[in-house]
Amino acid sequence: MNNFKSSFYLTLVLLMLMTNIFAAAGKSLEKANNDPSDIGSLQSGARNFMNYCSGCHSAEYVRYNVIASDLGLSDEEVKQYLMFNAQQTFDTINASMPKTDAAGWFGQAPPDLSLMARAKGTDYIYNFLKSFYIDPSSPTGVDNLILAGTSMPNVLWELQGHQFIVKEDGIGHLELGDAGKMSEEEFDIFLRDTANFLEYMSEPIRNARRALGIKVLMFLAFFLMLSYLLKKEIWKDVK
Amino acid sequence: MANNEKKQIKSTSKLLNWIDERFPYSETMRYHITEYYASKNFNIWYVFGVLAMVILVIQLFTGIFLTMNYKPSAVDAFSSVEYIMRDVEWGWLIRYMHSTGASFFFIVVYLHMFRAMLYGSYKKPRELIWVIGMLILIVLMAEAFAGYLLPWGQMSYWGAQVIISIFGAIPLIGEALVEIIRGDYSISDITLNRFFALHVIALPLALIALIFVHIVALHEVGSNNPDGIDIKNYKDQDGVPIDGVAFHPYHTSKDLVAIIVFLMIFSAVVFFAPEMGGYFLEYSNFEKANPMATPEHIVPVWYFTPFYALLRAVPDKLGGAILMGLSVVIPLFLPWLDRAKVKSIRYRGWIYKTALSLFAISFISLGILGVLPAEGIYILLARIFGVLYFGFFILMPYYTRIDKTKPVPDRVT
Amino acid sequence: MTEKVDQSKRQFLSIATAVTGGVGIAFAAVPFLSSLKPSARARALGAPVEVPLASLEPGEMIRVVWRGRLVYVLRRTEEMLGRLVGLTDYLRDPDSSNMELQPSYAKNEHRSLNPEYLVVEGSCTHLGCAPLPRFEVTPSSDWFGGFFCPCHGSKFDLSGRVYKGVPAPTNLRVPPYTFSQTNVITIGIDSGAA
Repeated sequence: MNNFKSSFYLTLVLLMLMTNIFAAAGKSLEKANNDPSDIGSLQSGARNFMNYCSGCHSAEYVRYNVIASDLGLSDEEVKQYLMFNAQQTFDTINASMPKTDAAGWFGQAPPDLSLMARAKGTDYIYNFLKSFYIDPSSPTGVDNLILAGTSMPNVLWELQGHQFIVKEDGIGHLELGDAGKMSEEEFDIFLRDTANFLEYMSEPIRNARRALGIKVLMFLAFFLMLSYLLKKEIWKDVK
Repeated sequence: MANNEKKQIKSTSKLLNWIDERFPYSETMRYHITEYYASKNFNIWYVFGVLAMVILVIQLFTGIFLTMNYKPSAVDAFSSVEYIMRDVEWGWLIRYMHSTGASFFFIVVYLHMFRAMLYGSYKKPRELIWVIGMLILIVLMAEAFAGYLLPWGQMSYWGAQVIISIFGAIPLIGEALVEIIRGDYSISDITLNRFFALHVIALPLALIALIFVHIVALHEVGSNNPDGIDIKNYKDQDGVPIDGVAFHPYHTSKDLVAIIVFLMIFSAVVFFAPEMGGYFLEYSNFEKANPMATPEHIVPVWYFTPFYALLRAVPDKLGGAILMGLSVVIPLFLPWLDRAKVKSIRYRGWIYKTALSLFAISFISLGILGVLPAEGIYILLARIFGVLYFGFFILMPYYTRIDKTKPVPDRVT
Repeated sequence: MTEKVDQSKRQFLSIATAVTGGVGIAFAAVPFLSSLKPSARARALGAPVEVPLASLEPGEMIRVVWRGRLVYVLRRTEEMLGRLVGLTDYLRDPDSSNMELQPSYAKNEHRSLNPEYLVVEGSCTHLGCAPLPRFEVTPSSDWFGGFFCPCHGSKFDLSGRVYKGVPAPTNLRVPPYTFSQTNVITIGIDSGAA
C-alpha cells in the first residue's frame, strides 16, 4: 500500500507541474469581471451591442423575443430600444450591412457574434475592444494589440479616445492620448457590460441551467439518503 | 436435479405462468438476477460496470432526441446544434447530457478497465470477457470519433482531418483507404453524412451487441472479486456460494447508491460546468468548420490524448501511427502476458505494484502531454512515459513470473 | 421478533425509494417530452399572418398561407350574402353546430366576424384538396355560388358550408382570426384572446 501512496503523490506533483507550465504558456488577459446574472448590466450591454456592433455584425442565432424575456423587457421595449432593422420580435439579429459588401470593404466579412464569447472567451473580447491603437500604416488607421492586423475599425473611439502604442525594450503597451467622451472607469464599465451581453448571447440558458442544477442536486441528495438507508437495511443480512 | 426445480417453480400469478409457458421470463430473472451470486466484498472499483450501462442508456436516449433535430449536412449541421441549444424546448439540456455523457463514458470505462488490472479480472476463466471488453473499447472510440465530427465545428473538422490522415501513413493502401473513409477527396458533407450513419446506427448496434455478449460471458463464469478468489469453491447445501450474495436485492441496492452518486457528479457537470474548461466542449468548436483556416492547436478530445501523445512521440509518420495503434491493442493481450499465479493486487509482490503504479502515472501523464504542444521537454517526457507504458506490457511475462506473491486466503476478506 | 421490525422498515424504505425514483423519472421525462413541442423556430414560422384588406374588391378572393395551410379571404357582396339565406335544406350542417370547425364568433350564417369578409381554410374536408371558387349562379344546375372541389366533386356555399350528398363530411374550417385594424385581418390571433 505504501507504493500506492507514493505513486499517488508523484502523480499529483507531476500533474501540478504540467498544469503550471501550461498556464504560463497562455497570454495573461485582464479580467472583464462581468456578472452574467446582473440583468442591468446585460440590458446596457444589449443597448451597446445594438448601437455599436449590429451595424456590421449579425448574431444570427439570437432572437429578440428571447432577449426580451431573459432581460426582463416587454415586447414594446425591445421593439423601441433594440430592434432597428427587424420586423418581428421572433426575428434573429441581422447586421445592417450586407455581408458581401462588408467583405468587399473590409477584406473579410465581420464575423457573426452569437458564439464569439464561447469561442474566444469573454476576457478576450473585453481586452480586444480595449486594445485598439492608432496605426497610420493600417487601412483603418488603427491596429489592435490582441489581434494584430485586424480588419475591424475602432468603432468605440469616440467613447474611449485615441490610444497610442509606446514601445519599451521591444514590449509595447498602450497609453491614452486624447480622451474620449467617457472616463476610463466609465469606458471599462461600458466594455464590461458589452462583453457581458456577448457572453449572454453565446449561451442564453446559462442562468436558468444553474438555477435548475441546484434543484436537481437537492433532489438527488434526498434520493441518495433514502437509497443509502435502504442499502444499509438490506445488507444487514450479510456477514 | 437443478433443471427440474427450475421448471417446477410456478407462480401464484396466472399471467406470469402464461408468460413463463411461452417465454423463459422467470427462469431468466432467477438465473441472471435473483439467484445470480456475486461476492459480498465488492468495493468501489466494482461500480463502474453498472455505471457504464447507465451512461449507455443516457447516450442512447439523449442521442435519439438529438437526432430528431440535428441536420447531418455541412451547410446545416452547426446551425442545427445551435437550434437545439436555443430553439428546441429543453434542447440545451439534452445536448449537454450527451456531450457530458461522452466524456464520462470514457472516465468510467478507463476506471472499469483499471479494476480488471487491479484484481486480475482478465485472468482465466475470464479472458474472453476481457477480449470482448477491448472490442467494446475500440468500437466506443470509433463511436466517439464519428460523433465528434457531427457538430461540424473547427475542432470537429480539423481533428478528423488529422486523425483520418494518419491512416494515409499505411504503406500501399494508405491513400486509397483514406479516400474510402472520407468518401471524398477531403473531409466534406459526404464524410459528415456517413459518419452520421455510423454514429447513429451502425456503431450503437455493434456496441449494444458486444455489451450483451460481454455480460453473457460474465454470467457464464461469475464475477471476480477484490481478493481474486473463486467464491464457487465454498457453497452451502443449496449450492449457493457462502461468500456470495444474490445480485438482487443486494448488489442492486448497493449499485443504486453508486448510481445516484454518479448522477450527482454528472448533474454537477451538466448544470454548472458543461464545457469543463474546454475539455468536454472545446472552445474552438463554437466556430463553424472552416476548411480554409486551421486552428492554432489541433488536439483530439481528452480521452484520446494518451494515444495521441504516443503518436507524436515518434518522429516518423508511419512509426507513430503503428505505435498509436499498438498502444490501443496491446492491453488485449494482458490475460496471456500476466504470468502471476495470483489474481488480486492484494497478494502480489512489490514488482507488480510498482509496475502498475508506473503504468497509471504514464497513462495519465501521456494524456496531459497529448494536449500540450509537441515541443521541447514535452517530447522527451512523452517518450519516457511511452517506454514505461509499453514496458508495462512487454516485460510483464518476466516480472510477473519472478514477483514474490503472498499467500491467497481461502475465503474473501 | 426483530425480523418483523426489520421487514416493515425494509418495506417502507423500499417503497419510499421506489416512489422517489419514480418521481425522479417523471421529472427527467419532462425535458424529453417537451422537446417534442413546436420549437421557437416553428412558432416563429407559424406566427400570425396579416392580410391588408384595402385592395380587396367586392366579390374578390385572395389566398394567403398560414402555418403551411391555404386560407381564403373573400370579400362578399350584399348579393352574395343574400344567397346564403334559404339553403338550409341543401346543407349538411347549416348552423355550423360542429364546434371544432370554427371559432365561436363564426357560428352564424355568414360564418365570420364581419359578414362582408369570409375567412376560411382552402382545404376540402374530404381529403384536403383546394376547393375552387365558383361564385357565379347557374340556375340550371341548382348552383347558387360557393366553392367546388375538383377532386371528388364536393360543394360548399359562400360561407363554406358543405352541401348534402357530397363526399366531404363537414363545413370548411374557419381559422382563428381578428381585425387587428379596421382594414387588416390577422390570421392566427383569436378574436377572443386578442
